[in-house]
Amino acid sequence: MIKPSNIEIDREKGNFHYPTSKYAFDAGVGLSEDVVKYISGVKNEKDWILDFRLKAHSIFEKKPMPTHWASKDLENIDFDVIRYYLAQGQQPSRTWDEVPDDIKNTFERLGIPEQERKFLAGVEAQFDSEAAYSRMKEDLEKEGVIFVGSTEGLRDYPEIFKKWFGKVIPSSDNKFSALNSAVFSGGSFIYVPPGVKLAQPLQAYFRINAENFGQFERTLIIADEGSEITYMEGCTAPKFETSTLHSAVVELVALKGAKIQYITVQNWSNNVFNLVTKRAMAEEEAEVRWIDCNIGSRLTMKYPGVILRGRKARGEVLSIALANDGQHQDTGAKMVHAASETTSNVIAKSVSIGEGRSSYRGLVQIPGHLEHCKNNTECDALLINSDSQTDTYPAIAIQGSENSVQHEASVSKVSAEQIFYMQQRGLNQAEAMSLYVNGFVNDLIREFPMEYSVELKRLIDLEMEGSVG
Amino acid sequence: MSTLQIDNLSASVGKEQILNNLNFTLPKGEVHAIMGPNGSGKSTLSKVLAGHPDYQVTGGNACMDGTELLGLNPDEIARLGLFLAFQYPVEVPGVSIANFIRAAVKSRLPEGESIKAVEFYKELYLKMDDLGMDRSFTSRSMNEGFSGGEKKRCEILQMSMLNPKYCILDETDSGLDIDALRVVSEGINQMKNPDRGILVITHYQRLLDYIVPDKVHVMWEGRIVRSGDKTLALELEDKGYDWIKEEVAAA
Ligand SMILES: Nc1ncnc2c1ncn2[C@@H]1O[C@H](COP(=O)(O)OP(=O)(O)OP(=O)(O)O)[C@@H](O)[C@H]1O
Ligand SMILES: [Mg+2]
Repeated sequence: MIKPSNIEIDREKGNFHYPTSKYAFDAGVGLSEDVVKYISGVKNEKDWILDFRLKAHSIFEKKPMPTHWASKDLENIDFDVIRYYLAQGQQPSRTWDEVPDDIKNTFERLGIPEQERKFLAGVEAQFDSEAAYSRMKEDLEKEGVIFVGSTEGLRDYPEIFKKWFGKVIPSSDNKFSALNSAVFSGGSFIYVPPGVKLAQPLQAYFRINAENFGQFERTLIIADEGSEITYMEGCTAPKFETSTLHSAVVELVALKGAKIQYITVQNWSNNVFNLVTKRAMAEEEAEVRWIDCNIGSRLTMKYPGVILRGRKARGEVLSIALANDGQHQDTGAKMVHAASETTSNVIAKSVSIGEGRSSYRGLVQIPGHLEHCKNNTECDALLINSDSQTDTYPAIAIQGSENSVQHEASVSKVSAEQIFYMQQRGLNQAEAMSLYVNGFVNDLIREFPMEYSVELKRLIDLEMEGSVG
Repeated sequence: MSTLQIDNLSASVGKEQILNNLNFTLPKGEVHAIMGPNGSGKSTLSKVLAGHPDYQVTGGNACMDGTELLGLNPDEIARLGLFLAFQYPVEVPGVSIANFIRAAVKSRLPEGESIKAVEFYKELYLKMDDLGMDRSFTSRSMNEGFSGGEKKRCEILQMSMLNPKYCILDETDSGLDIDALRVVSEGINQMKNPDRGILVITHYQRLLDYIVPDKVHVMWEGRIVRSGDKTLALELEDKGYDWIKEEVAAA
């Protein structure tokens, strides 16, 4: 028998906490109108952007916490002790020698390239990818693709981005989208012209710097008619964190016949609140696919959504959540059908280990006046020991006899006999668990680009290794 | 020392004593068979040797080539070279046969060494051909939705890929059709060699027509109560177990 007591979890794993190093621009601690003005000032923003920020700030002040939602743990966020803006670090004071061995080992095991390791460990403020990036930039420019940060995007291309900025996710959507709208910095702004099909995925990686991986990233991707883009966000290495609140907003706009695939693999340390709003708008015959993998964090709340605005639009969310001891993954998907013949597909897999907790929160809306809409939702939960918790809250509002929904949910456990069988073949308990978890998510991982699936598998191995005593 | 040697082994599950002072020796290079009525403790013996955590060992020893097995983790025992073909193989959803066996082979390699994929697949395919398994099986999830016979073949496939020192085959013949019985038996016979001991647990003499045992043992109430050569199996087939039970009761 695998008794819960046999499974020991290292609570400190992933808690990479360093003192903040010195930055040239620092908005100080706590949030106020002045802080918002300071951020906007540093960025030299136009008045309309400052107004946008200030309005969002006042919404944030008024909006209650989403208490009807996830966990009471949200109440533990102390907005007064958070730094809302840090930028352009001077040389960080930490050296590679000061990075703890276990972090170095983790990088080693994950096969993270040397340069990136230094950045991730906070040894270097800047990840030097100029060479790779400038080559790519040239190619992109030829095609007319814009790929810049949020500040540059709003400053240099307002005619393109202003129209959609804050439209898919209004500041007032929830308290955290309001917060992000007030203090956002970093993230990617991308525009793909009509008919341009990008063969290579774009990655935030190419433009990695301290700001880009900031707490309040803002991303807006516009795929013009008939264009195609895959975007990859995040990285699988456990990122060194000085901040405990991450609240990004990601807006996607897929115009007629466009295709957007947005891939996230995140591995947060145990002290991070990861409260992200992600939503896409899909016009006629457009396709949007969110691939979302969440590992780690203290609390993740994330429900990527697609508003299917045009006929025959298609939305998809494929997600994997892994909650270890002391972690809560509250994830899901929102599919809002707003035109006939639209289809949506949600496949969510969660793994709860130790006292880890996973919840699935889904929303599917199909109003009665629409015809021939389809939704398929599958949520599968895997519990690694009896203390694990899992909940599903599928909210399906479907009307109209011409529409169809299919919903399946399953909860499974690894049995002692399965572990014994795998051990009898030579695998130790952690390897056995890891293989099992990989099997559980296998059909989803197959949908991922190759390099991501390999990294994800390694990440699962590492996670399981630490969680089985 | 080149033996799997069990001395006075007693084991229980919960309050129930299942193995009682069991003695048994399997030398390398030999094939032994254990027969015995349902519930006499044959599967329990194999699981205790493999380190199953449900069973408490209450006495005795089990040494494999001089190494005490009792008290080791199941995976340590496996890597030392004991292979158990399960009476009821377990499903591992989503993990393909190829990936499963790869993981098992890899667990035996020294740290840092990796499997050579081309050679691995070559060997795997060759062995699947021998066992009459379609190559498309490599991508199917381990034992998931397999027929009884397919599961048993898959056990033998794993056994031959992992190159164990001692093999225990728990009713590998049950659930096989006549042709499969022959194919699987050939697979087992190919595994026979001077450096390997094989123990087959079976209810039927017909398996022993293919895999001729050096010795046959009868298990009853958690002990080996009689041992003999292959003719003992024929005798059992003919007379059943009652005469042995009576002898034991009289003694
Ligand atoms: N985990 C367990 N919990 C409770 N009882 C058990 C357990 N394992 C074995 N037993 C009991 O121990 C006895 C021996 O079982 P075992 O499976 O070893 O018999 P067997 O000789 O293999 O029988 P068969 O020929 O039917 O396979 C049986 O009475 C069985 O019910
Ligand atoms: Mg049995």
